[in-house]
Amino acid sequence: MSLVHEIDFGTPRSKSEKMVTLTIDGQSVSVPEGTSIMRAAMEMGTQIPKLCATDMVDAFGSCRLCLVEIEGRAGTPASCTTPAMEGLVVHTQNARLAALRKGVMELYISDHPLDCLTCAANGDCELQDMAGAVGLRDVRYGYDGENHVFAKSGPKHTHNSPEACENDHWMAKDESNPYFTYDPSKCIVCSRCVRACEEVQGTFALTISGRGFESRVSPGMSESFLGSECVSCGACVQACPTATLTEKAVIEIGQPEHSAVTTCAYCGVGCTFKAEMRGEELVRMVPYKDGKANRGHSCVKGRFAWGYANHKERILNPMIREKITDPWQEVSWDEAFNFAAKKFKGIQAKHGKDSIGGITSSRCTNEEVFVVQKLIRAGFGNNNVDTCARVCHSPTGYGLSSTFGTSAGTQDFDSVEDTDVVMIIGANPTDGHPVFASRLKKRLRAGAKLIVVDPRQTDIVRSAHIEAQHHLPLMPGTNVAVLTALAHVIVTEGLADETFIRERCDWSEFEDWAAFVAQPNHSPEATAIMTGVDPKELRAAARLFATGGNGAIYYGLGVTEHSQGSTTVIAIANLAMATGNIGRPGVGVNPLRGQNNVQGSCDMGSFPHELPGYRHISGDAVREQFEAMWNVKLNSEPGLRIPNMFDAATEGTFMGLYVQGEDILQSDPNTKHVVAALSAMECVIVHDLFLNETANYAHVFFPGSTFLEKNGTFTNAERRIQRVRKVMSPKNGLEDWEVTLGFAKALGYEMSYNHPSEIMDEIAALTPTFAGVSYAKLEEVGSVQWPCNEKQPLGTPIMHMDGFVRGKGKFMLTEYIATDERTGPRFPLLLTTGRILSQYNVGAQTRRTENVVWHEEDRLELHPHDAELRGIRDGDWVKLQSRAGETTLRALITERMAPGVVYTTFHHPTTQANVITTEFSDWATNCPEYKVTAVQISPSNGPSEWQKEYDEQARQSRRIAMPVVEAAE
Amino acid sequence: MHQGKSMDTHTSTSPDRLIYMANQIGDFFNSQGHDHAVAGIAEHIKKFWDPRMRKKIFEHLDAGGAGLKPNVLEAIASLKK
Repeated sequence: MSLVHEIDFGTPRSKSEKMVTLTIDGQSVSVPEGTSIMRAAMEMGTQIPKLCATDMVDAFGSCRLCLVEIEGRAGTPASCTTPAMEGLVVHTQNARLAALRKGVMELYISDHPLDCLTCAANGDCELQDMAGAVGLRDVRYGYDGENHVFAKSGPKHTHNSPEACENDHWMAKDESNPYFTYDPSKCIVCSRCVRACEEVQGTFALTISGRGFESRVSPGMSESFLGSECVSCGACVQACPTATLTEKAVIEIGQPEHSAVTTCAYCGVGCTFKAEMRGEELVRMVPYKDGKANRGHSCVKGRFAWGYANHKERILNPMIREKITDPWQEVSWDEAFNFAAKKFKGIQAKHGKDSIGGITSSRCTNEEVFVVQKLIRAGFGNNNVDTCARVCHSPTGYGLSSTFGTSAGTQDFDSVEDTDVVMIIGANPTDGHPVFASRLKKRLRAGAKLIVVDPRQTDIVRSAHIEAQHHLPLMPGTNVAVLTALAHVIVTEGLADETFIRERCDWSEFEDWAAFVAQPNHSPEATAIMTGVDPKELRAAARLFATGGNGAIYYGLGVTEHSQGSTTVIAIANLAMATGNIGRPGVGVNPLRGQNNVQGSCDMGSFPHELPGYRHISGDAVREQFEAMWNVKLNSEPGLRIPNMFDAATEGTFMGLYVQGEDILQSDPNTKHVVAALSAMECVIVHDLFLNETANYAHVFFPGSTFLEKNGTFTNAERRIQRVRKVMSPKNGLEDWEVTLGFAKALGYEMSYNHPSEIMDEIAALTPTFAGVSYAKLEEVGSVQWPCNEKQPLGTPIMHMDGFVRGKGKFMLTEYIATDERTGPRFPLLLTTGRILSQYNVGAQTRRTENVVWHEEDRLELHPHDAELRGIRDGDWVKLQSRAGETTLRALITERMAPGVVYTTFHHPTTQANVITTEFSDWATNCPEYKVTAVQISPSNGPSEWQKEYDEQARQSRRIAMPVVEAAE
Repeated sequence: MHQGKSMDTHTSTSPDRLIYMANQIGDFFNSQGHDHAVAGIAEHIKKFWDPRMRKKIFEHLDAGGAGLKPNVLEAIASLKK
């Protein structure tokens, strides 16, 4: 193996379809109009020397190293900023150019340390490469003059000069960021980092301060990197051509020697990375330019937060125990499998076939999820399988399949480049889906309009060079009223796209719907009293969305995690159809999915009523295919969903649960109820990297493998299936699919696969939308978006292009029904929950990385008015109470919150945010109503009794018995 | 609005929770008019409820079906046939 090499073309690709032909060094080359001469040369394999140019950012023309001669033009223009034009004759190398370049290079090197042998960039330094490329052999200037290189200098500088004095130009290294260092003495002020921060990431945290010789890269107002607005995405580090910005891991380990392309295991964006290795040690993750979801960009989690894979708390040996009050016993894999199988068989013998089940992981691969649901359906003989999508995007599946006919988003991420009006509903992309947010912000800076529907003033509402045209700060729980009011304006003002609707949708259903939304009680004015949204703003937003060109809706869990989650998804689909915004680039309905493979886990048949490919278990024809392939009779009745499993456990009919890579105790609502359910079960098997919160109630622990340690595929929010490649041996001994196979075998249901590719072959054979997917194809084309079959052999970037999957688009009525979770005298405030950039989900991974420097604890955000009423100051401990329970955390006072609404994240188990959330759930899918809980807050001295008891139980439960040393004979 | 008897949602004692869930399903379909609503509610429960949940709600129906709204009651009765 060697490093996966990517060509740097120097400047971005031109999207023009018009080609121009020019001659470079005697060779004719055709490129799209707008391509730079530098890029045109690189396309034909000629690398013009360069320092300030790289193809992740626009040309800048500052280093003057890439000079060329063009026949008929005066001077030596920079090839990065000069566009290729028809008929140009260009020379990239001659005596004059060589002399100019050497002069430029000599000046650069005259203010640069010559510690190349011990420099962290040794082997990966563009400055060194260019010095070689231009043939620099001598630097005539020495370091006696002014420089940025040495801490001490003097009029007669020598290394040991007693006269040496402080050098005001020199700056110490900034090591404040946990993942990379900034060494100003090595900076050549090419400003690639500054431009990457602006153009790629869109944070504008970096600038060049000063002028001329005083020019310095400055985070914020000459702050430290950590103290500035920097979000640690690492784009600057990637852009830096020298050792100025360098990963600490590279400084510590050295340059990588081989790499493999793989897919990030954090959010649903599904960024592709090169995992750069030295032996089996991971040196760094570098976003892959050909990754079609991320296009060479990443966030702090994917690029840097992989240290959890080696964290000391990771469990590497299987463990068992009879009772949850016992300490864990480390055992062999076989002992663990047999122990678990015996328990599960015993439960079925005692309580019936349907008394056990499992939860598939949205963090595991498609193949691993597939074998777990297969084990449950075929091995357990029931359909008690569910996945964490239950608690996040199950309403998306229900809503979009009812209206459009597929349970997934309609677009690819590239689509945003063609969008004119973006509507974001209940999503916070800059925190939750940061790489997509960067692509979105780039489009917004280029002129697209923005509407945000969210109770909070999220960062996207107003940030550097971006301001939403309309922010509708609604009361939590009133999504359906707001969306129906938007539809009311569109219909009553005659803005609906009648041509599209007549062609693509059922006209009579549209007429019923139009009459329904047009009712006066659905107007913005009539609903304002419930929603709290200014009717004028709402009307303006509706007009903009309907008339502003390509309109795209992006939404998140602020839509789904409500009593009316499914209704809201349907309302979104209605809105997209009514405005004709489906079936072409730039439009569509785009759920931003939370976990890396939550789309995949749904596709793979993780729901209790559906076989892989979203086909109902009661359908005989489909079920018989599976029965034939698996050689077993399947149950035709739907199984239990996660909340139903908990209910059945407390009733005594559901006694055994196999949980693959999911921490239901921390992530599911109403913790006390989950505790009661888990405690009631006779055998809980947790299959995870760490002793998570659920494991406190488990009897068997199967240690898991990380995404670096296994082969497989993930499917991201765009339906894109991408390879996960093994770059190191599983530290626990087995890849996760092998663990499931081992457990299945002990249960007497043997599945034989030698490699995950064979599992994918079975998936493809059984699932029409995956029929064309194979590892060979993924090797060849990188990734495909399902449906991928005979009709669409390379996949389907945009759905419903020539009509809806279900035939005619279906408009459905969406009556607003207030949630029963409402405020009153005892609980006057509404709590809503969300996430933060540096942490991921329940934090099991990110809390075990340096990311904790950005978010050590969950805080309760509240408006100054609510704080003042209760005598709460910023940073005070507050007690947060709901009907379900109480917890304590520290306050963060901010005007981002509307008065009456408070907010917290759920990344830390000590916070216990889900002790507060209730069991109200979506009517169609039982997706919990995390986003609305009536609460009261009051000053507090510290952790609640429940938190203390919980901590003690967790501490007791995590004990691992010391191995018994046998006495010598 | 839910007119049914008030429910403590924080215990899972069946059939209260099932009655609540069934009425919630009814609330979505009710705007489609009686016939569509009854059919829609019945189909939804058939498609998504595990047999032990359906059994429990049928038992509740046999015991008079207190708390179930009219369309929901009718839908469950039609499903039981």
